[in-house]
This record gives sequence, C-alpha cells and structure tokens, in this order.
Amino acid sequence: MARILLRVNGKSQTVETDPDTPLLYILRDDLKLNGPKFGCGLGQCGSCTVIINGNAVRSCQVQVKDLGNRAVTTLEGLGTTKKLHKIQQAFVDEQAVQCGYCINGMIMTTKALLDKNPKPNDAQIKVALAGNLCRCGTHIRIVRAVKRASGQKV
Amino acid sequence: MKTSEITRRQFLKTTGALVVSFNLLPPARQVFAQFATLPSGDIDPTSLDSWLAITPDGFVTFYTSKVEIGTGTITALAQIVAEELDLPIDRIKMDSGDTSRTIEQGSTVGSRTIERAGPQIRQAAAAARHELLKLAAERFGAPVEKLSIVDGVVSDGAKKVSYGQLIGGKKFNTKITATGTGFNMKVAPEVKAKDPKNYKIVGQPIKRTDLPTKVTAEHDYIHSVRVPRMLHGRVVRPPVINTEPVKIDESSVRDIPGLVKVVREGKFVGVVAKTEWAAIKAAQTLKVTWAKPTSKVPATPDELFAYLKNTKPARTLKAVAKGDIASALAQGKKSYQATFRWPFQMHGMIGPSCSIADVKGDKATIWSGPQGPFRTRGTVAKILGLNEQNVRIIYHEASGSYGRMSTDDGAEDAALLSRAVSAPVRVQWSREDEHGWETKGPAQLDEAKAAVDGDGKLLAWDFADYSQPWTASGSTPLLASLQVGLKPNNPGGSNGTQGAGEIYAVANQTILAHHINWHFPEPIPLRTSNLRAPGDVARCFASECFIDEIAADLKIDPVEFRLNHLASNKRGAECLKAVADKAQWQKRPSPAPTTSGNIAKGRGIAITQRANSYVATVADVEVDKTTGQVSVKRIVCAHDCGLMINPDGVKNQVEGNLIQGMSRAMYEEVTFDTNGGVTSLDWKTYPILRFPEIPDLDIVLINRPEMAPLGAGEGATIPPAACIANAIFDAVGVRLREAPFTPKRVLAGLQKKA
Repeated sequence: MARILLRVNGKSQTVETDPDTPLLYILRDDLKLNGPKFGCGLGQCGSCTVIINGNAVRSCQVQVKDLGNRAVTTLEGLGTTKKLHKIQQAFVDEQAVQCGYCINGMIMTTKALLDKNPKPNDAQIKVALAGNLCRCGTHIRIVRAVKRASGQKV
Repeated sequence: MKTSEITRRQFLKTTGALVVSFNLLPPARQVFAQFATLPSGDIDPTSLDSWLAITPDGFVTFYTSKVEIGTGTITALAQIVAEELDLPIDRIKMDSGDTSRTIEQGSTVGSRTIERAGPQIRQAAAAARHELLKLAAERFGAPVEKLSIVDGVVSDGAKKVSYGQLIGGKKFNTKITATGTGFNMKVAPEVKAKDPKNYKIVGQPIKRTDLPTKVTAEHDYIHSVRVPRMLHGRVVRPPVINTEPVKIDESSVRDIPGLVKVVREGKFVGVVAKTEWAAIKAAQTLKVTWAKPTSKVPATPDELFAYLKNTKPARTLKAVAKGDIASALAQGKKSYQATFRWPFQMHGMIGPSCSIADVKGDKATIWSGPQGPFRTRGTVAKILGLNEQNVRIIYHEASGSYGRMSTDDGAEDAALLSRAVSAPVRVQWSREDEHGWETKGPAQLDEAKAAVDGDGKLLAWDFADYSQPWTASGSTPLLASLQVGLKPNNPGGSNGTQGAGEIYAVANQTILAHHINWHFPEPIPLRTSNLRAPGDVARCFASECFIDEIAADLKIDPVEFRLNHLASNKRGAECLKAVADKAQWQKRPSPAPTTSGNIAKGRGIAITQRANSYVATVADVEVDKTTGQVSVKRIVCAHDCGLMINPDGVKNQVEGNLIQGMSRAMYEEVTFDTNGGVTSLDWKTYPILRFPEIPDLDIVLINRPEMAPLGAGEGATIPPAACIANAIFDAVGVRLREAPFTPKRVLAGLQKKA
C-alpha cells in the first residue's frame, strides 16, 4: 500500500492504495467520480477516458503510481446539469445519447480534440472517435454534436 | 390491508431501502408512495393510488415497472402521462422498476413498451384526470363539462384550482378496473382518454429527460451505486459451463491485501474483497483446477449448420401453411432454392453486467439493471430459496442491453456472494466475463424454395428456419443457478417470431420454424437468449435476399417485383414506395451494368414487418473488387410505427438500430471451441462498427395518428443485412448467403464468379 497524491479536476487529494491500481478504480471508488466508466479494462472501448496533459487517455490503462504529478480532468471537471459545458450542451441539443454509457468517452475525447483542433471536419472527428465504441448506434448524432460544439454548421 | 402495509414498511426499513438515496440527488419534488397492496404484498393495480401520486405543489410521480434502457421509453411514457393530465412534462417524475412500489407490467422488451404499457399508463392517467375534474366540479359546484385544464390548473371560466390544491399529498381512494397481468393487463377501459386530435404533448419531439444527467457524471447508473459497507465481488468462471472445480488453491491469493473470502457454492466460484482492485487481482490470480469439460459442440460453421440441418427438431412451429405447396412448387414455370446462414452474435453491452446484493436472513435487496425487475425478483428468490415478496429489486439503468438484461445474471452472482459474507456485495463482470458468458443470439439456418408462374408472379413460397431456442429465458435457470445445481426443465423459449414477418401475398405458402435443441437436458455450453429483433434479422436476410434473387433472375426491378406481391398490404406497399422515393430509386433489374475500375457501386432494398410496424431500407454500397472490402455509403429507411409519441425519439431509435443492424451484418460473429467455450472474448476478437465506417442515414418517418402507437426501433435492426447483401449483388453480381459480409467472403464470391 502507498499514499499517492493526485491532482484531479483542479483539486489535490491523497489516496492510500495499492500502487499498481489502475487510475479508473481510484477515480471511481476512492474519489467517487462517476464520469469515467468501466467498459473493458483493456483500453479497447474508451468508456473510461479522462484527460491527462491535454490528451484523451484510457484511465483503465494507467497505473496510479505512474501518474506522477500530472493533472487529471474527468467529466466532472467539465460541467454539471446546472451549468453544462458547451460540449455537453451540444450533446443535449443534438439528443446525441441513447444509453449514455459510452458518452463520457465521447465527450472527453471531443474535449481533447477541440482543444487541439477547434474546427475539425467530419473525417477528423470520425478518426478522433475511432477508438470509442458506441453500441446503441448514436454515431451520426455524436458527430453532429461535436460539430455543433465547435461552432460549425450541422 | 393495513397489516400488510405495516409489514411492507418494516421490510423496507430492514432491507436498506433508503440507503440508495445517499447516492442520488433526491428528486426535487419527492412524494411518498400511496399505493395499496394485495394480500401477497404486491401492489394492487385496481387502486388508482398505486399508479400515481400528486404533491401539494402539483408534481406527479407515476409508478411503473417499465424501465429506461437507453431507448427513451421513459420520456415517451412521461409524455403520455403529461398529455392525459394536461401538465408540462417537467412536472412528471417516473418512478421506475422498484418491485416494492410498482405494478408488474411485464419486461421492457421487444421495442413494444409503448404499444403494450402505453395504453395502460394512458388509461391510469386518464382516470386520474377524471377524478381531478370531479373534485373540481364539486368544489366549484359546476358540471365537469364546463371545466377546462391548463398546466394542471382546473378552471370553470372564473374560478381556478390546481391539482395540488385538489389532491396534493392525499390519496384518490379510487378503484379502477385492471384485468389480466403483465403485458396483457387491461387498465381502466371504462375511462375515456383524450381524443388524439387534441394531443399537444404526444407527437412532439420532446427532449429526453435522462440526457442532462447522462452527459454529466450525475446519472445514477447501476455501476455508480454505492451502498454503505459494500464489498467488491468478482466471479471466477470455468472455461465452459459443463465443468466443476476439482481444486481451489486458496493459498494462491492469500497475499492479496484486502481479500475477504473465496466463495464456492456447487460449481460457482467467486471472490470478495474490500477494494475493487483487490477483487480483480484475486479473481485473476486464484488457481482453480477445473474438471476437463466433456461437452462437444460443432464449432466450425460447416459443422454447426450441418448440426442444425440434420438434428431432429424438438418441435416445429408452423407460422404459415396455406395452399398446396408441393404441387405448386412442381407446377411453377421456374423454381428456385437457396440456403442462408446466420452466425451466433452477441448483445455486446458496452458496460458489462453489474449488480449489488444485500442478503440478510430471509430477505434480500438487489440493486440491478434488469429489463424485467420482477423477473429478477423471481430468479433471485429461487437461487436463495426465499419468498419472492421477501426480495426487493431496485432498478438502476445499466448499459444499453438490447435484450441482454432480460437475463440478469449479475444479480444472482451478487446474491450468492452477499449471502456468503453477510455484507452487501457489488459484482462487476469483466469484459471477458461479459463477452464469454452473456447470452448469445442463436445461429440460424434458413432454407428457401419458391416457384413462379409464366407471368413472373410467385406461385409457391416454402421457407424453413432452423435455430436453437433461448436456453436462458423465461423458466430456464440462469448462469449461477445452473452452477449451484438448478436444472432446466424445458428447452427454453422459441427464438422470436420466425416467419411472422412475412408480408407477401403468395397463394401457396409454408413457413416453418424448427427448434433444434442442443444437448438438452444437459446444461447447454453456449447460452442463448433474445438478441434485438430475435429471429427476424436472419429470417429477413434470407427471405429478402431470396426474393431479390428471383427478381434478378426474372430481370424485374426489385421494388417492382416486391410491389407486385404487396397488392393487399397497403402499409407495406406505402412503406416500400416511401423508401424508394427517398432514395431516388432508378427502375432497373439487378445487377447494375458492369463498370470498369476497382470500385463497383450497387444499391439494394429490403422490407420487413415486426409487431405490426413496417420498416423498409435501401443501401448504397461500394465494393472494392480487388480486396473484397464493402463500404456502406448510405442507408435510407422508411419507418411506420402507427401513431408516434415522440418523433425524434423514434428517429434516434431507428438510426441506432440501422447502425446496429449494419454492424451485425458486416462484422459480427461469435466463435467458440469444440467444448463450447467462447473465443470471442474482447472487442478485438468480436469487432463492431466504428465511427469511420458509419454510413449516411436518411430517414422517412410515416406517422399514422389514426392508429394506436406501435413499437419503434427494433424493427429497423432487421432489414439492413438484407439490403446490404442485395446491394453487394447489385454492385458485383455476388450473392452472399452467409453473414457477416467479410472481405474474405466477398472475395471468395468474386473468384468463384470469375
């Protein structure tokens, strides 16, 4: 067991944990953050995506001991139902959700994309989201939501 | 009656019913349930108070066992309530899927909740409206006919009174009629509901009520429920069901900090730990020696389909049997024959099964995400040996499940582990657990024969489907139940409605569904259940490709050929014409004239009926003749589900089902070894459609306000496979009679043709 300092959504917190624990379980079980979801634990589906150093990262693939001093942003760091982030608002406006289990990954990947490329075209959006699986088949609306969030015509 | 209410309250208290509220924001306008109970302890559907309650400030809580599974159903049901009560939708709270306070209306399945529960809910809400009007009439001393309602305020033209003032916080104490049970319950037929002509909320594209919490981290998914003192459990599954642990070496996990217990019950093995990561590590590390499995299954496609064809059917359903098929087949000017193969496929929930159980003495509380909370109540009661009424299921939405959560395996696992450690236990399946052990959609073999007369009209249509039943459905034990020794006493339910989707008028017609058992009465190695639009995806692939083959042979345009046999089916013909118009269908026979270059373009059409909804699709594809790669560029769809409650909700479902149907057609096939052990254990070995592969979608919604509302969505899973296969034929003249349409299969067809 080890004491590990984490910087998540602008707050510093210490957790006492097995140092090889994947970040996902620390976020969900220790910090009670429900944004990142467990989907596969294999880095294959994208449900657990968080942002580290500006990149969309699979939190199930990062051992907490390897995180170092890097800041983590989860879905909680974007907005709440009282004050939605513009990406979240765009997903609501486009009704781009069905079950919503993958949506954390879609929104966090979109955030990392738009921070680097504020006006992506359809092809760039599809490539950016290629590693995020959606089983309900909401893809078309998700692409529209990303365009809307980036201020482009949908 | 009073006694049972007190018992119920005590039960709620002792089973931790209030615990979950720690995880949730309390609803803005909480209301205490005012239901009446039956002697059994279940909720009495003949009391209006069992259906809904109104707060002093005019908010309505409506109780239903129907649940949100990602399809927007709960928003649509809330629209129905809002419409009948003349209230804005944000004043309706749907309290859903808690077996201690809702009436069993049957599982949320088959895209049929609007069709079946919609009228139940509409009539209960209409009954409440009548009572409210009566109360207002008494207060005003005016006849009901003189009253009007706007946003929950009743007026006689001069005076006004709100619902909250009339009844807020109090009981209606009104009896209504409720006969039959579950799906078939008829609720308050004596009450006249609104005339659909006056609908203001039903029929509107109202935004879904569950989306704001889903785009933030605030949605109360089952995976995010935490119960005080909760431990974490994991299951340790065998390679296949027909085996048992010979040895469990507990010393292999002794050093894992936080491990609480290794649990064994019969063939069931699991671990419980203080943290989730410790449970995962223990499950991965625990050394279990399993007995060598003795089950043998036909594991290659050729063996599998030979097994389906050559095994004596346990039973045969005759969906259609008319005319004299044998002589009609013999008399035709031309006759045709083809065989189609559809593989095992999986639901593929993005979030694997997850449940929490707290078993205390002779009572159990289960937090889970089943499509049928009352069904889970039954299975958990059985595996624990408890009375059903001593088990409470509290519903929380799981990942989209497409039929998977009809079989709530996780609840049983959690129940066994909780009982073993006398504490609440949360069980989360791994990806490998879910891929390996989820109930699969059965493989299907379809044989079609037909004959046409001299005018190119179908004279005979002879269709036979061979498929396994659902081994994990209805009365058959689920996974943990099998492992602790519960025996199946029947082969399982039939795989959907094979043949029932047939819509063409043919004088001589036979449609059969053969049920092929698999090692019954031994536990079945590969578990099966209802996978979205069960039976019909393969059936439509076979029948709609076969009809296309005949049209192509006769050199008749595929739309025209279908319309020639749809004369007596107005809605079917209109749906087909609508999709052809939208797709700007050019009249010509298939295949398309050969073009030079590597890329060949084609278009294909297909139509189906499901639960009286009609869906027709057109696909545009490009086929790379050198690689066999198929690219679906566009799918156009016409969809008729009667009266639409929420057109954008319908559209969202149609889009999703088209995409999922395309994914199943193009990529999906469950593989398994000769013992029946699944080898498609992650998203690499069971690929599904990804963003770069999505086609454009173009959808025509046909609204029929004069009709009752029907199921939307699931029907649209059905025709994509057939229309894509027909488009591939149109492009390159290759008939694919087996899914998925991999480059290898297309290339093999091209080489055979050359």
